[in-house]
Amino acid sequence: MENKDTRKELVVSALENGTVIDHIPPKSVLQVFKILDLEKHMDQVLFGINLESRRLGKKGLIKIKNKFFKIDEINKIALVAPTATLIVIKDFNIIEKKQVEIPDTVENIVKCFNPNCVTNNEAIPTKFTLIDKGELKLLCHYCEKTTAKDNIKFL
Amino acid sequence: MKNRSLVSINDFSKEEYIKILDIAEEFEKQPKQKILDSYVVATLFFEPSTRTRLSFESAVNQLGGSVIGFSDASSSSVKKGESLKDTIKTVANYSDLIVMRHPLEGSARFASEVSNVPIINAGDGANQHPTQCLLDLYSIRKTQGKLDDLHIAFVGDLKYGRTVHSNVIALTNFNCTFHFVSPTELKLPSAVKRHIKDKNLKYYQYTDLSEVIPTVDILYMTRIQRERFSDPMDYEKVKNSYILNKEMLNGCKDNLKVLHPLPRVNEINEDVDDMKEAYYFQQALNGVYVRQALMAAILGVK
Repeated sequence: MENKDTRKELVVSALENGTVIDHIPPKSVLQVFKILDLEKHMDQVLFGINLESRRLGKKGLIKIKNKFFKIDEINKIALVAPTATLIVIKDFNIIEKKQVEIPDTVENIVKCFNPNCVTNNEAIPTKFTLIDKGELKLLCHYCEKTTAKDNIKFL
Repeated sequence: MKNRSLVSINDFSKEEYIKILDIAEEFEKQPKQKILDSYVVATLFFEPSTRTRLSFESAVNQLGGSVIGFSDASSSSVKKGESLKDTIKTVANYSDLIVMRHPLEGSARFASEVSNVPIINAGDGANQHPTQCLLDLYSIRKTQGKLDDLHIAFVGDLKYGRTVHSNVIALTNFNCTFHFVSPTELKLPSAVKRHIKDKNLKYYQYTDLSEVIPTVDILYMTRIQRERFSDPMDYEKVKNSYILNKEMLNGCKDNLKVLHPLPRVNEINEDVDDMKEAYYFQQALNGVYVRQALMAAILGVK
């Protein structure tokens, strides 16, 4: 345990300043990329898929140099990567480590499940309220229909 | 309520819609008052609904206001590909209040966010139709003298009928007992039932219409639409099971009233029309008073 932790910190500490997003389900890494708009980041971004993880078996990881997220910004990824851990690094030191949380309002990330919803027919950003954290049920602000875990599609 | 939009029945509090019903009572006594003579109301009907549109327009005209708008999207700029946002923003420049009916769910909520004049939702797809709900509450209160402690039956398509959903949700603010009569495939969705459970009210479910008649104060009939069934055979099986006729009302409570949002097809036999229990035509007329009250409250003249 002790040994493992040291090794992990070594990997993480290779970043001088920035953010590491750890414990991403491997399949969701590219979605996280998209949600956080990392393609547009002007500095170094490294990512790994199918890395070994004691907790998840396999995991994904993203390291973003010189980038610090606001809490609302990072929580957006909780929908695709509920297991993700956020690690903030400054001067090679971990200064913050926390679990992502699904936000109470989800804006412009998820598509409304209802084909007859105005957001699927006009150029309108989607907006949902989280009504059930456990089962991940999102109530559409516009059509008032619920989009649940099984039928979530990302924009 | 001044300058507020009414998109969903939940946008107003219980006290606010009771206030609307009280104002509607004044209009029932005196429907012609020149209190909107300096106002322009736009009625934008992106899909046709003659009954609702005429009811709103009659309400405005009787109060001396002017009406602009269209009754069908094909005669408007929508046909040229204009976005909903642009249509609403443009019309908001020409009017003091917009009444809209649109086939897409959530369209009225969106309109209320981009418009600088209040929006009244006159139906957004299968989602909400709050003025129908208000006129139903008005009709129930008028015929029963109260909204509390009533036994109310909803009959027909309870799964897709948005009127039923908003009425049930609104009535959970009062101490009502609900009786739901429908084919198994058209039962009330659990999301709506949750509102009843949250308020600790009672509800019962039936598949047989005659069973419920002796116990209820209000019998709210709705149409079962063919297009709701994926298999036309399923429709054929149930289409005649929920038809009310004169004979079935034998043994009903003395105060029972039959309501229907109209148009009806055949779910209420014409032999019921002349009975004292039939209230659906008066109910439609109440729509004018309730819409007058709502518009007067939103425009701040009442």
